[in-house]
Amino acid sequence: MHRHFEEQLEELKERLLYMGSLVEKAVHLSVEALAQRTEDLATQVIAEIEPQINELHLELDDRALQLLALQQPLAVDLRMIASIIKINSDLERMGDQAVNIAQRALSILSSPPLRLQADIPRMAELTEKMVKDALDSFVRRDNELARDVVLRDDEIDQYRDTVFRELIAQMIKAPKCIQQALDLILVSRNLERIADHATNIAEDVIYMVLGRDIRHHAEERAKSSAL
Amino acid sequence: MNPSTMPAKIAVRAHDIPALTKHSAEHASKIQARKVDFFYGKVHALKAISLDINANQITALIGPSGCGKSTFLRTLNRMNDLIPGTRLEGQVLLEGHDIYARSVDPILLRRRVGMIFQKSNPFPKSVYENVVYGVKVNGYARTKPDFDEIAERSLRQAALWEEVKDRLHRSALSLSGGQQQRLCIARSLAVKPEVLLMDEPASALDPISTAKIEELIFELKKDFTIIIVTHNMQQAARVSDSTCFFLMGELVEHDLTTKMFTNPVRKETEDYITGRFG
Repeated sequence: MHRHFEEQLEELKERLLYMGSLVEKAVHLSVEALAQRTEDLATQVIAEIEPQINELHLELDDRALQLLALQQPLAVDLRMIASIIKINSDLERMGDQAVNIAQRALSILSSPPLRLQADIPRMAELTEKMVKDALDSFVRRDNELARDVVLRDDEIDQYRDTVFRELIAQMIKAPKCIQQALDLILVSRNLERIADHATNIAEDVIYMVLGRDIRHHAEERAKSSAL
Repeated sequence: MNPSTMPAKIAVRAHDIPALTKHSAEHASKIQARKVDFFYGKVHALKAISLDINANQITALIGPSGCGKSTFLRTLNRMNDLIPGTRLEGQVLLEGHDIYARSVDPILLRRRVGMIFQKSNPFPKSVYENVVYGVKVNGYARTKPDFDEIAERSLRQAALWEEVKDRLHRSALSLSGGQQQRLCIARSLAVKPEVLLMDEPASALDPISTAKIEELIFELKKDFTIIIVTHNMQQAARVSDSTCFFLMGELVEHDLTTKMFTNPVRKETEDYITGRFG
């Protein structure tokens, strides 16, 4: 009984994870394009991967809405579909941010290399790990891992602030590097946004698994107002 | 405005939003079941059911066939007394008074705790006679103006008045299924009950009539305490404030409906409401 619904739910999950793998790839390749100064990788993100992500964005919303309308899921199933709808939109935004990074990479590639000090590679590595762990926590229904991802968001914010400060200092010293430094500032901003979306996904996983909404410190607020 | 004060103000307003869970605390218990066991001969149909039912709220009883939900509903106005070989242990309190006490007249109890059945069962009489039948035979009213007033009030409360006011003296059996069910509700309301028990009140009705009954139930909770047995999970979710899940004679879980249908605590509840049962 009810196997048909479970199959559809399983398919929905699989398509979301496929979309997740494309997003991981897009983020990784956009960062690589920048690090290795490779135009091909940037073009691949912009012309090949991101359009696929957009297709999946539409497909997943369509599938999820159909399940809501036709199966009227409840409890754990309802929480899963609600979470998938939200994760879907976070993944799509992450794809857009990867495109932004790829475009900055192309802009930087169009001018001669400069020696700028900014720890973007490390920031990118940590961000990619957050994305991977957020998606893993979804697959494994692992609320501990999801909570860990949420806690790591502050670290990424600190990296962004540091990168901002370092690059501004270098721009003041050497105005000829302003264009490239601005590009890198934008990249750090894109990475920080990607980490924010990974955090949102982790929060949705916690809701899906435990039925607890931790967004905007909702739990602490509820506790303090109950006192 | 000083921008630095803004976030604090917003936070204060967020605090002011009342939490959903506070809702139930404001309602007093109308009915309390205290360790109720029920037997059909040797069959142990209800096992140590303890449950508080809030006044002016809708409580839904859900669970698979044979789980005891209808049996429990019938213990609340002693309808099971009519079945030979049954036995009840424990207590059912209506506003603190044991309804199974020797001094309680079951007929008077059923005036306070009315019942609506799955299949509408109007008497083969006129619409008007159906509504005033209970008050007539019990002598709660004696004059035609009183009967007229009771008939109109009850039919209005049952959201049927506008549809039948021009044919009050036609046979009740000429009404549609949904209208007949609302007539039965009007008939129950005529004797001014405090509690309404409903056993699958809309399961034999089409979606439009079902929607009307559900809307009516929602309106009625202002004046009555309502307990509804339903197999329709969406119906329980739509109309009730709290939901009780019964399984094999036990009350497995009782919580706010919003909680039960989004995040139940017990595995058995989750399996049942997501259709993974059995």
